[in-house]
Amino acid sequence: MQALQRPLQAVFNVLEGWLDRPFGPDWNPLYHLGALGFFYFWVVAVSGIYIYIFFDTGISEAYDSVEYMTHEQWYLAGVMRSLHRYASDGMVAMMMLHLVREFSLDRHRGSRWFTWFTGVPILWLVVICGITGYWLVWDTLAQYVATATTEWLDWLPIFGESVARNFLAPYFLDDRFFTLMVFLHIAVPLILLLVLWIHLQRVTKPEIFPARGLAIGSFAMLLGLSLFWPALSQGPADLSRVPAVVGLDWFYLIAYPVVEIWGAGPAWALAFGGSMLIAVLPWLPPLRKRSVAQVDLANCNGCTRCQEDCPFAAITMIPRSDGRPFEREAMVDPELCTSCGICAGACPTSTPFRRASAFVPGIDLTDQPLSDLRQRIHDGTANLTGDRRVLLLGCAHGIGTGKAVADNVAAVQLPCIGALPPAFIDYVLSRDLADGVFLAGCKGGECYSRFGLRWTAQRLTGQRDPHLRARVPRERLGQLQAGARSGKHLATAVRAFQAGLPQRPPEPESPRTREAETV
Amino acid sequence: MKTFFRPAGRYAGQALVYLLFAAFLGYFASAPKYTHFPPDQALIKLSLAHGAKRVGGCRRFTRAELQEMAPNMRRPLDCPRQRLPVVVEFVIDGKTRYSAAVPPTGLSGDGPSRIYQRFAVSPGKHAIVARLRDSDRSEGFDYETTAEIELAAQQSVAIDFRQEMGGFLFRW
Repeated sequence: MQALQRPLQAVFNVLEGWLDRPFGPDWNPLYHLGALGFFYFWVVAVSGIYIYIFFDTGISEAYDSVEYMTHEQWYLAGVMRSLHRYASDGMVAMMMLHLVREFSLDRHRGSRWFTWFTGVPILWLVVICGITGYWLVWDTLAQYVATATTEWLDWLPIFGESVARNFLAPYFLDDRFFTLMVFLHIAVPLILLLVLWIHLQRVTKPEIFPARGLAIGSFAMLLGLSLFWPALSQGPADLSRVPAVVGLDWFYLIAYPVVEIWGAGPAWALAFGGSMLIAVLPWLPPLRKRSVAQVDLANCNGCTRCQEDCPFAAITMIPRSDGRPFEREAMVDPELCTSCGICAGACPTSTPFRRASAFVPGIDLTDQPLSDLRQRIHDGTANLTGDRRVLLLGCAHGIGTGKAVADNVAAVQLPCIGALPPAFIDYVLSRDLADGVFLAGCKGGECYSRFGLRWTAQRLTGQRDPHLRARVPRERLGQLQAGARSGKHLATAVRAFQAGLPQRPPEPESPRTREAETV
Repeated sequence: MKTFFRPAGRYAGQALVYLLFAAFLGYFASAPKYTHFPPDQALIKLSLAHGAKRVGGCRRFTRAELQEMAPNMRRPLDCPRQRLPVVVEFVIDGKTRYSAAVPPTGLSGDGPSRIYQRFAVSPGKHAIVARLRDSDRSEGFDYETTAEIELAAQQSVAIDFRQEMGGFLFRW
């Protein structure tokens, strides 16, 4: 599977790099594909409600009413019709890119299987919405779509009567068929909305609306496109004639040429087989489950910070079970935990200064405990010498900090940059383990574990607990700038940081003789 | 983020990306054109849904058989549900384009036989012969219609079958 993911990842890497320059991480469309998909959905919904006001159901009325909107009331209903079409196409584009990108980043396995799996019916529902929508216009494209769809459906042994017979000739067509289509075109999007809601059930704080700048830009793009290239009908449908050449919407109707070339049976096999394959991808192969976060009640005071920061709703607060005078305690759902460690980074008891008691935070990863991180920092920095010693703390999903990127730099990996309690930075600098600490998150400014970069930035700037203490000299803290996406970028950034480190003032006392601090 | 562009340049870059995406959406929303049927051909559709006669006739249950049935299930006649296949032959300009014995639909084989066939033909006059057998006769057909039709390019005609209306019907 990695052989498939790596080239895709490389392509996205390049595209993201290009888009980072004009957009920046907050507005880069590739980092917000799901939110953009939602945004287009809302544009489709609002524009659809408007054009429904003017739409007539009937064999001739349907086409005439759409023509009225397009030509007579072009400035509003016509624009709305175009917005409806282009936003629908944009939604398909975002959906497919979202799917491929999540797969390439391996964000579909393990505890994330549910979100991936529930995305598969969304693919079907979106396509059904599009097909029923094109049907309603009742132009030559609609005639083709109606005929081809029903001929394809008739292959399935589920209809008593041939559905395609409804479109044999004008004699067979009934106004009530349009009523049915309108019903489907309204009912299916509502079902889609329900499935979208289910899709996000295991995602904390889902991004369902893009950043304002990205939303404004996207809407302006749709509006401009609607004004300069309005959606048009392709001539009235006439069942006594064959629409030999049609202008297909390739976003929605790409399956139809496949049906005609391969035949209905193989096309169904491809549709169902492809959907099944996509659905089972999380288990091809299954992700090796790392040990999940574990709560240590002796150190948990039920402060809820871990629950607040968990990106996958894996932590719930339950009534206290150990009799201690706190209202609640954290509980981890192992099925939902992705072992990112962000909860340990959020815990106020995750402080490495502890000496009086064993370093056991209120919540921690059992196979990558923070006590182990403290030890690895000690081991890594032990060999640093001189006055420009740098500790590089990097995300395992980032550019790769498994080895030192420059002289006099010790590299230590974390499961996520958000798993780093800010107290560790204070600890490294105050204990003189290094002269500077450099943090390297995920590539391109988008966190593999969703919130690691965001929470870290907020913790370092004092906007989020636990925050970095004021006494920590900020000039000794470096961060990989978002947008950097290669080892070369990282090495350059670390060397620049190293070169800019100020000289340390003479220490009044040896760190070895400093009294232990406890929490 | 490292500032590669000044603000004006950034917005210009964004505008360029939006423009490219708009062009992508606008173009593939209705292009390239797809030719799914030869424009210089006409179309004849043969479609029918017709139930043939039952496989066998009804017979009276014997007294012994009736005794074995639950009282509320007793009925005088045993009529098989299953239908015969519908045999259809379709000839265009003397050439047989379709000939098949189509089985009935339904789990018990008691539904209508369904046929949906498309034939692309050149424009002009065509001699059509449509035949259908829905009985247990071994030879010949129960219904036969002969007609001459004239079709223009991209014109479509449907040939339907309605027993109550006398057989095959041409729908324009």
